[in-house]
Amino acid sequence: MVMTSGYHGESTMLTLTFNGHPRQLDNIPAQTTALALLRDRFATCGTKEGCASGDCGACTIAIGTRDDAGHLHYHGANACILPAHQLQGCHVVTVEGLAHGDGLHPVQQAMVDHHGSQCGFCTPGIVMSLFCLDHERRHHGLDSPPDDDTIDAALGGNLCRCTGYRAIRDAARAMHALPSPVSDDTVDIAPAARSTTDGFYRPESRRELITLLSQHPQARLIAGGTDLMLEHTLALKPLPELIDLSSVAELKHIKEEKSGWWIGAGVTYHQLTSLLAEHYPAFHTLLERLGSQQIRHRATLAGNLANASPIGDTPPILLALGARLRINGIRGAREVFIDDFFTGYRRTVLTEGEYLDAIYLPRLRNGEQLLAWKLSKRRDDDISAVMLALRTVIGEDGRLHEVRVACGGMAETSQRARHVEAALEGQVLDDEVLNDACNALAEDFSPIDDVRASRDYRLAGAAGLLARACHRLTSRHDAIPMTLEEV
Amino acid sequence: MRKLIQFGSLPSATATAAVPGHDSAIGHVTGQAAYIDDLPGPKGMHHLAVGLSPHSSARVLHMDLSEVRRQPGVIDVITAADIPGHNEVGAVYPGDPLLAEKEVRYAGQMVFAVVADTLYNARCAVAHARIDYHLQTPALDPAASIRAGLTVLPEHIHERPLPAPALDRGAAMSDDTQTSGNVDKALQRAPHVLEGEQFIGGQEHFYLEGQIAQAEALDDNGLRVLTSSQHPSEVQKLVAEVLAMPLHAIVAEVRRMGGGFGGKESQAAALGAMAALAVHRNGCAVRFRLPRADDMQATGKRHPFHNRYRVGFDDTGRLTGADITLIGNCGHSPDLSEGVVDRAMFHADNAYYLGDARVTGHRAMTHTASNTAFRGFGGPQGMMPIEGAMDDIARTLGLDPLDVRKRNLYDEAHCETHYGQHIDQPLIGELIETLEASSDYRTRRREITAFNAKSPVIRKGLALTPVKFGISFTARHLNQAGALLMIYTDGSVLINHGGTEMGQGLHTKVCQVVAKELGIAHHRVRISATRTDKVPNTSPTAASSGADLNAMAARNAAITLRERLVDFAAGWRGLPREQLTLEADGLSAGETRIEWSELIQQAYLGRVSLSATGHYATPEIYYDRKTGRGRPFFYYAWGAAVSEVHMDTLTGEYRVARVDILHDVGDSLNPAIDRGQIEGGFVQGMGWLTTEELRWDAEGHLLTTGPATYKIPACGDAPRDFRVALLEGHPNSQATIYRSKAVGEPPLMLAISVWSALRDAIASLADDHTSPRLDTPATPERVLMACRAIREAHAHDAPSTRKEMTHALSEK
Ligand SMILES: Cc1cc2nc3c(=O)[nH]c(=O)nc-3n(C[C@H](O)[C@H](O)[C@H](O)COP(=O)(O)OP(=O)(O)OC[C@H]3O[C@@H](n4cnc5c(N)ncnc54)[C@H](O)[C@@H]3O)c2cc1C
Ligand code: FES
Ligand code: FES
Repeated sequence: MVMTSGYHGESTMLTLTFNGHPRQLDNIPAQTTALALLRDRFATCGTKEGCASGDCGACTIAIGTRDDAGHLHYHGANACILPAHQLQGCHVVTVEGLAHGDGLHPVQQAMVDHHGSQCGFCTPGIVMSLFCLDHERRHHGLDSPPDDDTIDAALGGNLCRCTGYRAIRDAARAMHALPSPVSDDTVDIAPAARSTTDGFYRPESRRELITLLSQHPQARLIAGGTDLMLEHTLALKPLPELIDLSSVAELKHIKEEKSGWWIGAGVTYHQLTSLLAEHYPAFHTLLERLGSQQIRHRATLAGNLANASPIGDTPPILLALGARLRINGIRGAREVFIDDFFTGYRRTVLTEGEYLDAIYLPRLRNGEQLLAWKLSKRRDDDISAVMLALRTVIGEDGRLHEVRVACGGMAETSQRARHVEAALEGQVLDDEVLNDACNALAEDFSPIDDVRASRDYRLAGAAGLLARACHRLTSRHDAIPMTLEEV
Repeated sequence: MRKLIQFGSLPSATATAAVPGHDSAIGHVTGQAAYIDDLPGPKGMHHLAVGLSPHSSARVLHMDLSEVRRQPGVIDVITAADIPGHNEVGAVYPGDPLLAEKEVRYAGQMVFAVVADTLYNARCAVAHARIDYHLQTPALDPAASIRAGLTVLPEHIHERPLPAPALDRGAAMSDDTQTSGNVDKALQRAPHVLEGEQFIGGQEHFYLEGQIAQAEALDDNGLRVLTSSQHPSEVQKLVAEVLAMPLHAIVAEVRRMGGGFGGKESQAAALGAMAALAVHRNGCAVRFRLPRADDMQATGKRHPFHNRYRVGFDDTGRLTGADITLIGNCGHSPDLSEGVVDRAMFHADNAYYLGDARVTGHRAMTHTASNTAFRGFGGPQGMMPIEGAMDDIARTLGLDPLDVRKRNLYDEAHCETHYGQHIDQPLIGELIETLEASSDYRTRRREITAFNAKSPVIRKGLALTPVKFGISFTARHLNQAGALLMIYTDGSVLINHGGTEMGQGLHTKVCQVVAKELGIAHHRVRISATRTDKVPNTSPTAASSGADLNAMAARNAAITLRERLVDFAAGWRGLPREQLTLEADGLSAGETRIEWSELIQQAYLGRVSLSATGHYATPEIYYDRKTGRGRPFFYYAWGAAVSEVHMDTLTGEYRVARVDILHDVGDSLNPAIDRGQIEGGFVQGMGWLTTEELRWDAEGHLLTTGPATYKIPACGDAPRDFRVALLEGHPNSQATIYRSKAVGEPPLMLAISVWSALRDAIASLADDHTSPRLDTPATPERVLMACRAIREAHAHDAPSTRKEMTHALSEK
């Protein structure tokens, strides 16, 4: 069988369960994607490559893990940018694994009944995203069609160029009514093998991680891989040595303290959902537009920060919140304030042998408000052209206090907008104050034209978001909608 | 005698719902439906990657590929000098070399090829080329190219009435600003005249399955090419030409494509030819798949257009004259641009009687990938000026744009197009009346006006736009098709035809037709890959004509066999021929029934030929390029859509909240498939006009080379309230296959209603009296900038209005 990955580094044992059957493999180079594993090693080609960058969803597979009660739960992932080694100990289900004999899975049957495929190339990915949704809903005993928001969220990472989606949505609404598929709770999942050799390192504790960092200074860190793997799949860079943060037990926790939460570097966006929904609704709403469900199930907040892209969605929010970061490494731990973390275009204070260990989100105190929005060409699964986050508290005097405003897409890093903050601080919001604040944007930022937006749009859009924020802060709850969501 | 298979061995009447779904639906949902990259490669298969030009215009001084050759896994490096035949894969006119020779004409042009054991190795090796270029200044602005005389083909003009004396139009019109002729008089006399300009962006096909071909040598000096192509006959021909081989030595085969949309009409040939060349040199099978970024850079897209219009009209909004200039940005070579710009011109009227009119089409050369077919084939771009003008006229006169549109529709009294074709079935008036009522247009218009009056930030817009789309290839000879029908001794039927399956359900429709003609259940008919050694000299599956042509050819083949079987049965059983019919899986003659399978076995034993070919050529069409007049289209398909958008004037973000469509497919062959085409076409058209933005840098490098930056509609963008209906009770007046109409392309243009609704929402910021300019794609950026521009202009006109409404907190 021909491998599309050319690097032949040292081998690692990989144990997983594939469509119900145990598989043990060796000689899988660290950079090998799950998609290459499926298509080249297993010769199961139902899972497609449409982009190799995580954007189209044609490669969507379901990754199953067991909860404490022994039930399997699945999430969708983009096999094209998922390192095969991260499938250790998982149940991998692909489009080939759903039908039993002649009987189609209800998701498949619903897609056929509702004419949900035309060219069919997106279909395996769509089927797998719907499978994850259906499986979860059946698990929770939901015997009703999912609503539009749920469907759009489930399919936000699956592009279809042919159908216009209506037929697929109808299938999603109909699948629950079909008889339950054969239960997979009895599937034996082969436990993860301990990594025995070099290449893809899976430390299970902080201590192991730090030892590996000192032993392999050349190795790259990988969490969700949703940024890193694109270096290999698009830019063809070899990634011969990877240290996987997603297996480190101590990094997987969210630790609550009195005045906030420590978010471990291994915590995925998906795992943050309920915390954000309860305590930072604006962050939660934004998260629903960050990437797709496939991305959010793998990617981490720490990865977004360490990646230090000027158009990352979360840095402006963390800047507005005043987050703190714990850095750890071969020379010991230290803490930095988010304001000091980014040092330039895609650069941070992290030095060799260091990693970002956890992020501290301060709890919003009474009266404190966090607002955040992004602007992008497409609503779902698109990178920001402009991102704006604002935190403030309106005092008894009706004035804004402790204003922190930060923007993304406006400079070479995400940045505080100090002039805007100054224009707002201590003021009662009125047209004049807002105008001053909007004008101050041009003092804080001198954005550039690029493929996502022009300089003018960035400034105008940021001003629009600032105006939206001010409307929100002065809202008198009348019937006039101020955002599209309110219409 | 060989033993014949027993009766009843075929699955009986399974899955024979009245309207069958896509023939591969189950394969799609189970992952069993294979695309070329999914096939197990023949033993020893290698992979091919190409080196792309980094420059948009340059001379090639020196190529050093020695390092490439030394990379791991590489077995061959190929340049233009290695081509035994013609280095040319142009579809109609020359100008598209397979590999660049002395010059490169766009960034992304294929310069050399590498063959290696894995795709990864081939791709990595590419980076080791050392090529010296002498850079030249690229032409990148189509309007500037026209001024400088840089075209890929000469301009073309439609004019009514014909200018007298009918002089050499080419010479008379070479200056497109010239002012002689009746059109200019009509415009001078018009009570109102307005003009406009618009830039209409191109579009990347973004077929989910990228371009791919695989070639292998056959043991008899032949060559087999599996290709993801809408036009296997052209792949066959170009492979033959590149290799200097006769056509009969090459077989091109297409089972299915993961989407085409026009992007695999001419563009797929280069891949087939390159893979074949590598096979020819190395003996081993070769697969050539373009990774997404290479695909987006190397292959052509929908033509961007630069349009200008001047229209005259009376106080009621009726057009008295129109002068429309369309500049298509063709890219570096002609490719299919002759037909594309022609079709843009043929659709400059859309559904309206223009009065005296002149339509001028220019074909600008720029140093970008050669733009190509894309669903609608220039028609969408050509319709944009008149749709823009309808809105402009309404705003000038203070009328509802729908009323202006209705006033100008083709009807029984106004039924000749600006190129002289008579419209014999002008359904659009009735269609719009029905849609206007079913969509509640007037009530919603009132509600939206009331909403906008009170809403400072969010504005709503509503628009109803029609579509008239001409069906036929404008290149007359392409309007033909062939089919090969075979009946086997168990009664199972196999049909092959020249059309290709790219998701549009063509194979399903053709099977339906065959089943119907033979009076048998759908499941008895099977369709297999489109192959040039089964049906030769086929036309591309394009111009929405797939079913019109191929289903007719298949029907003709089926009729031949049907007649043969009836003749045989009449003789065999001594039954009166005229009483015999094939129906319900058998032959009926009054009380007598002969089961299908038995009939076939007896026919076989009776030595009746059980295979037949069918051919079809569309009647009556012609077009005289010299005079710009004729009947290029067999008929027209009609439709209309009402779109409602909600827009945030602070950010330019918007949502398409509700869409109502009524579309004419004549008597539908398959309503489920047709509905899928309508919805898919609409959403694709919406993407073209809204979020799908192609960007190049100042040197002509494409910046949007993947889905991370090029945004096609996602699930959440499709209208949640999406009401689609087929126009009932109007069979095609022309004798098409069962009086149906083509449906592939026309619905794309229904999405112009989204653009028009956005302009409507923006115009509400200036009390509906100003028509905003809104180039496309109307990204949130363009929408916001249009909002700001109209507010500023309006603030000048009406000083009482607050200039910075954006910031008007107190207005709530
Ligand atoms: C289809 C798609 C859509 C996307 N959409 C968005 C979006 O809408 N908004 C957005 O902001 N981003 C988006 N991204 C980018 C990406 O998903 C995020 O930046 C994500 O948070 C990265 O997290 P990760 O865990 O996957 O990082 P990885 O890819 O694993 O790592 C990213 C980088 O950070 C380093 N790194 C990771 N963790 C650590 C650590 N703890 N300490 C030190 N270094 C570390 C890695 O070495 C690597 O260089 C998208 C990506 C894709 C593919
Ligand atoms: S192939 Fe497109 S997301 Fe994986
Ligand atoms: S069916 Fe073709 S991309 Fe979805």
